[in-house]
Amino acid sequence: MTTDVNTRVPVREQEPEVRARNFDEVCYGYNEEEAVCEAGRCLNCMNAQCVKGCPVSINIPGFIEQVKNKNYEEAYQIISRSSSLPAVCGRVCPQETQCEGKCIRGFKGDAVSIGKLERFVADWAMENGIHPAGAAESNGKKVAVIGSGPAGLTCAGDLARLGYEVMIFEALHEPGGVLVYGIPEFRLPKDAVVLKEIENVKSLGVKMETNVVIGKTVSIDELMDEGFEAVFIGSGAGLPKFMNIPGEQSSGVFSANEYLTRSNLMKSFKEDADTPIYKGRKVAVVGGGNVAMDAARTALRLGAEVHIVYRRSEEELPARVEEVHHAREEGIIFDLLTNPTEILSDEKGWVTGMKCVRMELGEPDESGRRRPVVIPDSEFVMEADAVIMSLGTSPNPLISSTTEGLETNKWKCIVADEENGATTREGVYAGGDAVTGAATVILAMGAGKAAAKGIDEYLKNR
Amino acid sequence: MYKIVKKRVLNESVCLMDVEAPRCAAHCKPGQFVIVRTDDGAERIPLTVCDYDAGKGTVTIVFQIVGAATLRMKGLSEGDYFRDFVGPLGRPSELVDETADALRAKKILFVAGGLGTAPVYPQVKYLHGLGVDADVIIGAKNKDLLIMEDEMKAVAGNLYVTTDDGSYGRSGMVTKVIQDLYDEGHKYDLCIAIGPMIMMKFVCKLTRELDLPTIVSMNPIMVDGTGMCGACRLTVGGEVKFACVDGPEFDGFLVDFDQAMMRQNLYKTEEGRMYLAEQEKETHHGGCGNCD
Repeated sequence: MTTDVNTRVPVREQEPEVRARNFDEVCYGYNEEEAVCEAGRCLNCMNAQCVKGCPVSINIPGFIEQVKNKNYEEAYQIISRSSSLPAVCGRVCPQETQCEGKCIRGFKGDAVSIGKLERFVADWAMENGIHPAGAAESNGKKVAVIGSGPAGLTCAGDLARLGYEVMIFEALHEPGGVLVYGIPEFRLPKDAVVLKEIENVKSLGVKMETNVVIGKTVSIDELMDEGFEAVFIGSGAGLPKFMNIPGEQSSGVFSANEYLTRSNLMKSFKEDADTPIYKGRKVAVVGGGNVAMDAARTALRLGAEVHIVYRRSEEELPARVEEVHHAREEGIIFDLLTNPTEILSDEKGWVTGMKCVRMELGEPDESGRRRPVVIPDSEFVMEADAVIMSLGTSPNPLISSTTEGLETNKWKCIVADEENGATTREGVYAGGDAVTGAATVILAMGAGKAAAKGIDEYLKNR
Repeated sequence: MYKIVKKRVLNESVCLMDVEAPRCAAHCKPGQFVIVRTDDGAERIPLTVCDYDAGKGTVTIVFQIVGAATLRMKGLSEGDYFRDFVGPLGRPSELVDETADALRAKKILFVAGGLGTAPVYPQVKYLHGLGVDADVIIGAKNKDLLIMEDEMKAVAGNLYVTTDDGSYGRSGMVTKVIQDLYDEGHKYDLCIAIGPMIMMKFVCKLTRELDLPTIVSMNPIMVDGTGMCGACRLTVGGEVKFACVDGPEFDGFLVDFDQAMMRQNLYKTEEGRMYLAEQEKETHHGGCGNCD
């Protein structure tokens, strides 16, 4: 296989018209030949910018060098030293704004496909039964981790490697957090990828207890009484936001969280699932982030005609370019510069459509993005029998309201030091969406990593 | 895994179980609920807590067969296990924040409708433990559907039982009993009504006229039950509230019942269809309204 050095090795994907009707993974990833060829494009920079772009500072040139040499096991161990979830990150990280965004190759041509290479290495390790190098000998100190999403798994994995006895408490019936309830199967397979990554974290000695809602089933104070010397809170995002427009409580209006939880966690996308999901014929998804794309592409696969309704323009879509591209290819219709003002329903309360207005972009607002302004007399009715609101979340109050001394900010997010995750309560650390509000998997992992370091320093100096 | 240590069939469609869940039992307070799953792949079913024993580490649940998942629950026996059992969820009843003296100074009336008798019981029992005897009205469609009369009698002040068809106790709806009690000269400071939404709606309509502050416990559709999915949202006093973290108890005068009832019907056809299909197995040839 030969390619121009300025062009990345293309990755094979399911054909759009085929994948729009199934829940199998969209992207097939690189095979060995493709991976080695792509790895050959890495310049192995002395002062590697890509590493600076990685929230968990993976030694990227180091692992790519090993791929070049076909030494995949060593490549895996290099990644594992920095990341507990490489097969996940290789699939869902926004590499284009992180590692790949900083790649020198990107100036003249395509950046090295670091994400796809990471995925290749992680998948190879899974197929060949390679696990991360073992944990240090136990130091006898117990740490509790709340939440088994990306922040919690990363924090737990890092602490276990340092010799801590880590117990993860998960509120739901399956571990994985957003990786299981939020991100759909077609982007992140659950049994083949997420479960195996969780098994790898367990292989470091991390224990998990599901069905424990901290703040309800047990409090942080009680955990400390049980002998946990430090606690990491990685409880994730909270309640969905709504627009507060008339008709929003109609039947057929869902939050993206609900829609995705039904499909992903409860497996409603399968014909024989117990938990129902309302499929809809014509579905409007309001919002333009990655979660909106996931909800839209799920509804599409369940058989609906799907519209993304977003009040700004294409350029401001917060979703990853790759997600928007995939969604478009599959036939999602983008109604941009459009904003709903009312949800219409029939006499039984079921959604029949949305009243919308057209928008145009005005002066930049405080976020630096041009503010959308209503075009006068532009109101129209969009037909829809289901509406999915994907407008972000506000933090879950369960832990902050039951833990004394834990300060929250004006958005009710837990206040934590960015450097080490320390909260205002001694011995309690936090990171991920519970601290930042809805963000990405990799940023949550970065926070989990920082907190693991913070906890280690705290317990060593105590 | 959570072991079923006791099972009692209360009537044809209602079952009581004591389940081993020590962490949950140690933290349960009146007014809270749990979520259970029978096995892998099953739905998450929210159920109000009927009783709890921190010493034994058990939580008592009462459930009615309304769909495929609850039908499977009924099939479980003593010694079997639930795959998942999580709680206590939701906020406890506000009664637990009040001092015994404050509670003794109040005349409290509980109104329980059908299965709502189960979540009323721990509240009445809690008050009884503080030396407060609250009056209780239990309403059921007929004698066969009445549950927990003896248990309630042991902890209530005056107990008034009524059946819609007059087959047992007084005759008529619970609202008739409330009106009768007021006509007889009784007066209360607080009413706590738990039952079907339609019952709670009409209780509130009456108690508003009687100037009797009323708390209701809402049981909308839920998925995670921990403040994540937003399925259980209600309009209370013009604001969006989430039953799982803001409730399940709310000021009954502020709840938009009509909207809540409309939203509750969302999956009824789908659930009903699955229940019928499961019950009738391969003999299922329609009747659910959704088959060809």
